[in-house]
Amino acid sequence: MTANIEIRNVSKQFGAMTVLDDLSLSIKAREFIVFLGPSGCGKSTLLRMIAGLETVDGGEIAINGERIDHLPPGKRGIAMVFQSYALYPHMTVRDNMAFGLDNIGVARDVIDARIAEAARILEMPHLLERKPGQLSGGQRQRVAIGRAIVKEPKAFLFDEPLSNLDAALRTRTRIELAQLHQRLQSTMIFVTHDQVEAMTLADRIVVMNNRRIEQIGSPMEIYERPATKFVAGFVGAPAMNFVDVAIDRSGDVITVTFADSTVIPTDIASNQVVDGAHTFGVRAEDVRIAPTGQGNVDGKVDVLERLGERTLVYTRLSDGQIIVASDAGNSRVAVGDTVGLAFDGRKSHLFNETGRAWHARRA
Amino acid sequence: MADQLTIRETAAPAVGVRVPSANIYAPQWRNFVFVAPFLFFFTTLLIFPLFWGMWLSVHKADTFSTGRFVGLDNYVRLFHDKVFLQSVWNTFYFVLLTVPTLALIGLFLALCLNRRTRTAAVLRTLFFSSSVLSVTIVTLIWRIVYIPNVGLLSTIYGWFGATAPAFISDPSLAMIGIAIATIWWCIGLPMMLFLSALQQIPQDIYEAAALDNANRWQTLRSITLPSIKRTFILVIIIQIVLQFQLFGQAWLMTRGGPNNLTKPIVLYIYDTAFRRWDLGMGAAASEMLFVLILIAAMAQYLVTRNKGDQA
Repeated sequence: MTANIEIRNVSKQFGAMTVLDDLSLSIKAREFIVFLGPSGCGKSTLLRMIAGLETVDGGEIAINGERIDHLPPGKRGIAMVFQSYALYPHMTVRDNMAFGLDNIGVARDVIDARIAEAARILEMPHLLERKPGQLSGGQRQRVAIGRAIVKEPKAFLFDEPLSNLDAALRTRTRIELAQLHQRLQSTMIFVTHDQVEAMTLADRIVVMNNRRIEQIGSPMEIYERPATKFVAGFVGAPAMNFVDVAIDRSGDVITVTFADSTVIPTDIASNQVVDGAHTFGVRAEDVRIAPTGQGNVDGKVDVLERLGERTLVYTRLSDGQIIVASDAGNSRVAVGDTVGLAFDGRKSHLFNETGRAWHARRA
Repeated sequence: MADQLTIRETAAPAVGVRVPSANIYAPQWRNFVFVAPFLFFFTTLLIFPLFWGMWLSVHKADTFSTGRFVGLDNYVRLFHDKVFLQSVWNTFYFVLLTVPTLALIGLFLALCLNRRTRTAAVLRTLFFSSSVLSVTIVTLIWRIVYIPNVGLLSTIYGWFGATAPAFISDPSLAMIGIAIATIWWCIGLPMMLFLSALQQIPQDIYEAAALDNANRWQTLRSITLPSIKRTFILVIIIQIVLQFQLFGQAWLMTRGGPNNLTKPIVLYIYDTAFRRWDLGMGAAASEMLFVLILIAAMAQYLVTRNKGDQA
């Protein structure tokens, strides 16, 4: 059982404050959707509105074509995994999982069968008789997922379910969630502020900021062709390099000029870019370290971050502008060196003051 | 080379003598000064009288002299005194009337008033406000309510052409009358304890229950009540200890009457020790009350704890 979810012109106010403003989104059946955004962007509120834990102030939400925004949470056919897991502390794991089914009068043998199946999938048959207080964080997380699975819901909602786990467990659970999605073939909506979770899990990412959707797209679309400057800056680590530039669009493609007169050719078509102030954007991996004088511009190395498989080189240009470049893991660059920076024009982006983005022509 | 240097440096103060590192958990006896004033009053006003009472209960004593050791004579006399046995029964009856009612009404009020509305806040204050009154005021209010012919109860019954029950003079109703006044007086504390317990329950459990299709009754039974079980036990124990000590209301409303039917143990102790000046027997009765409260509270605690473990 799976479902498509239609969100039409939804808005939400808390008192005088608008948290979501006329937001529309359609989620296909079996899709893994991630709501990604900074704290307070409204992503959790949107999820809770789908769950029925928050009222919908404007617009409508439909599952499989049927409006559900007036239904109580239990009648929507969805299951949710909370950040804090929200297990019932006085019930055993088995009772935690059975509670929802008991309440709607599912037969005992059906309940037992579903619990056994969920416990098998999540490898936790030995935990069934324990209480949440006797479980580790990762085990509680499994129980919370198990409690959702036994309901056989039309859609799973996850509200930052990995943020209370330690780093190693988070990575493992992430992979397990991806496997679970493949196995159950259910619609899943996952809220996170962690872009790695979003990139690794999502079929499509919904990037949200400041009450609105900034962009909806596949992880690579979001990464390679961010729709706005916000998306470009929010997705990717380290954040994209931004430089205020003057543009020359006399040619076929745009040429940008830094404040220190460095000229960089790009592969962005001139005819679409509108006038105004512009910001040039390029990711660290698209800035190569070159011998002094052989790049587009020279910079002095301020900080080195050695990540193992690559080295992030934080350089300062003559006008004080910081540019982060990516070099090989065994880079010989040292702090204080002057290095050349070679920008890859084919991977560069241009933004105007409203945040609108232009990208290099597709190869 | 560097290692040797370090060793020499650290060993410098006293060669061969191990300097213990400071233990931040070591007792600091000068801190005793801070608890000494409390300890002094606790010992002189509670611990010392406790043992003095035990000592008195095995002696023949009046206000003018403490006489000879009489062993368990005071206790034997006590258990042959019909008035004492009546007062024990009265006290149990009173505890049975008040404690469950206080717990249930307190829980009910807390469930109703556990919301963030102005009305709820006002009602919380109102229900708690009776707790700050002194027993004198409380009994005065309820005597006015109960007065035959002109009291509030009589007036209300009069509107319907009925006669109000005689809560103070009717032997079968007198204790119930005292219990009603007591419940009205004491309801604030259980309500507040339940309210604080309810507010400790994480909101997301309720959200999970809503997603689990739990209706209000299922939520109350499966989520709320198990979550406040400990507070329920606490309220019961506190109330048992408090209500076993019934004195003021009975003394001021009925003087223990009619026919000793509302005379609680504490009033019996007061009568025996300070009106008949039989201090030894009064002390013996006090020890019995002490044991009764202890047993009742312990039994309550053990019973509920065992149930909890099995669940």
